[in-house]
Amino acid sequence: MTATPTVPKGRSLSAQRKRAAFWFLVPMLAALLFVAAWPLFRTIYFSFTDTSLTSLYDGKWIGFDNYLSYRQLSSGKVIWRGTLVDPAWWNAVWNTVRFAFVSVALETVLGLMVALVLHRNFVGRGWVRAAILIPWAIPTIVSAKMWAWMLNDQFGIINDMLLRVGLIDAKIAWTANIETAMIAVLIVDVWKTTPFMALLCLAGLQMIPKDIYEAAKVDGISALRVFWRVTLPLLKPALMVAVIFRSLDALRVFDLVYVLTPNSKATKTMSVIARENLIEFDRFAYGSAQSTLLFALIAIFVSLYIWLGKMDLGGKADQ
Amino acid sequence: MTQIQLKNVRKKYGAHDVIKGVDLDIRAGEFMVFVGPSGCGKSTLLRLISGLEEITDGTLEFDGARVNEVIPSQRGVAMVFQSYALYPHMSVFDNMAFGLKLAKSSKDEMHARVRAAAEMLQIDHLLDRKPKQLSGGQRQRVAIGRAIVRDPKVFLFDEPLSNLDAALRVATRLEIAKLHHEMTDVTMVYVTHDQVEAMTLADRICVLRDGMVEQVGTPEELYDAPNSTFVAGFIGSPKMNLLAGDIAAAHDCATLGIRAEHIDITKADGLWAGKVIHTENLGSDHYLFVEIGTAEPLVVRQPGKQQIALGQTINLTPQAAMIHRFDTGGRAIL
Repeated sequence: MTATPTVPKGRSLSAQRKRAAFWFLVPMLAALLFVAAWPLFRTIYFSFTDTSLTSLYDGKWIGFDNYLSYRQLSSGKVIWRGTLVDPAWWNAVWNTVRFAFVSVALETVLGLMVALVLHRNFVGRGWVRAAILIPWAIPTIVSAKMWAWMLNDQFGIINDMLLRVGLIDAKIAWTANIETAMIAVLIVDVWKTTPFMALLCLAGLQMIPKDIYEAAKVDGISALRVFWRVTLPLLKPALMVAVIFRSLDALRVFDLVYVLTPNSKATKTMSVIARENLIEFDRFAYGSAQSTLLFALIAIFVSLYIWLGKMDLGGKADQ
Repeated sequence: MTQIQLKNVRKKYGAHDVIKGVDLDIRAGEFMVFVGPSGCGKSTLLRLISGLEEITDGTLEFDGARVNEVIPSQRGVAMVFQSYALYPHMSVFDNMAFGLKLAKSSKDEMHARVRAAAEMLQIDHLLDRKPKQLSGGQRQRVAIGRAIVRDPKVFLFDEPLSNLDAALRVATRLEIAKLHHEMTDVTMVYVTHDQVEAMTLADRICVLRDGMVEQVGTPEELYDAPNSTFVAGFIGSPKMNLLAGDIAAAHDCATLGIRAEHIDITKADGLWAGKVIHTENLGSDHYLFVEIGTAEPLVVRQPGKQQIALGQTINLTPQAAMIHRFDTGGRAIL
């Protein structure tokens, strides 16, 4: 037995640890490759071809034509074509952005308020905490259908109640009317996702040490001032994460709009219109281009948000 | 100058009695230390005085006026917490000034007061830092500074040194003692489980046990004349020797107490005799642990370097005037 002073290559403890970590990660990486990277790559590829739903493998490469192309007529008039000059697309972009902004803003404010209430001690708090999650637990399809009935213009309970109270004097076709369709979608989304926001805010609130509130109490600082100067700044990291989660969801909203207000120009989002082109209109490559644009928009938004918000994704800040 | 009086103060959490009727006078301008083992209710008592906890029964008076229902900020108290309780997102300056801004004090005055307190505690070079950039001792100074800035009538400390290492604890203890000498018109109440802190800082000590006051007195009084075996065992290091059985019976009591420094080694025919089973050398003096047939070995303190070898049998005689006698209930027999 002779002792070897030098460690054989790849046998050091840290190399062994790294190798073990790699093998633990392999199944996850493989799964991600199959369910995320590959479909994404295919979609981007399709967006540069003239593939149709009926012949998925016969598409020819046509460059950026699905995004933007132009043709000069013999009269000298230039005709622009492609998603980027499609008014339906820009309507969908505007709908999506409006929906995402308003719903996330409302959910954040309401969620924070609910979290502040749930953070207090009161009898039956455990039950209330569980109960508040129910809207979040119901599948979107079910809650969208449920709300569709409640918002029904003829037999819906909402119209009935508003009429009886006297807030309206004629029944409103909430989901069909172009002016109220977006409001209906927003109401349902806020109802459904506020619990999620509340839960994330509550988790953030529980991370804040209690003793600083006692210090503020002894120092006689008003509750409102404590909220703005202590609670909110300390809650900001948790709030930022909650907002980005919700924004990602809201920007690619599909099921709620599809079920609650099918075919309403006022609510069609990017996902809805992309699916429409992909499946219903048999413009597969065109729909792929819209999906790719949606992906790019979300990617840009998230990068900007993380960069501007100076978010700490690595968890380096210790306090 | 605020005098604090507790009259039969009780605190219950549900059915659980934490403070079981405390009567106590804290004199204006004195440094009172609450000391006792964990769970004795000393922190709860401090929180009752601060107003962070509501008093279940009894009266709390500041200068003769009942303050049970007065909210914390109007009692004129400032509190230093064990965990420092600094606002992590604010600079040291903002931490100290946060409680002041509400008082509508002018900007100049606010700056002056923060600066004065910071200089007093030698943290004036740290005013722009965030708490996480400070060491434990610096954080504790900021917490003390925040309390000073508010110019309180009553200063409450809740185990302020517990999170510091030993060397820093001694240094900060000194600072707090200095603070007390400088702020002569402020009544200070200090909670600790460490009897050394109590002995070194206090004008008077209140020993608490199981939600009740065991004994109140100056450090000397408690050291020289403990009124129970509990106080006798709690105050002083090393612990007072508490001997039961025949040895106590010979002195007409249930428990005999004698401090380690009050036992003399005698050449022959001592009152007690035994074998040295362990020694501890502290440099300036040393402790001998002597087996004399009691439940725990007798601790004997001797000055200077150790002269007696381990395993040697020695004769011991307690100094008669320094013997404490306790009855079967653990109370002192006078």
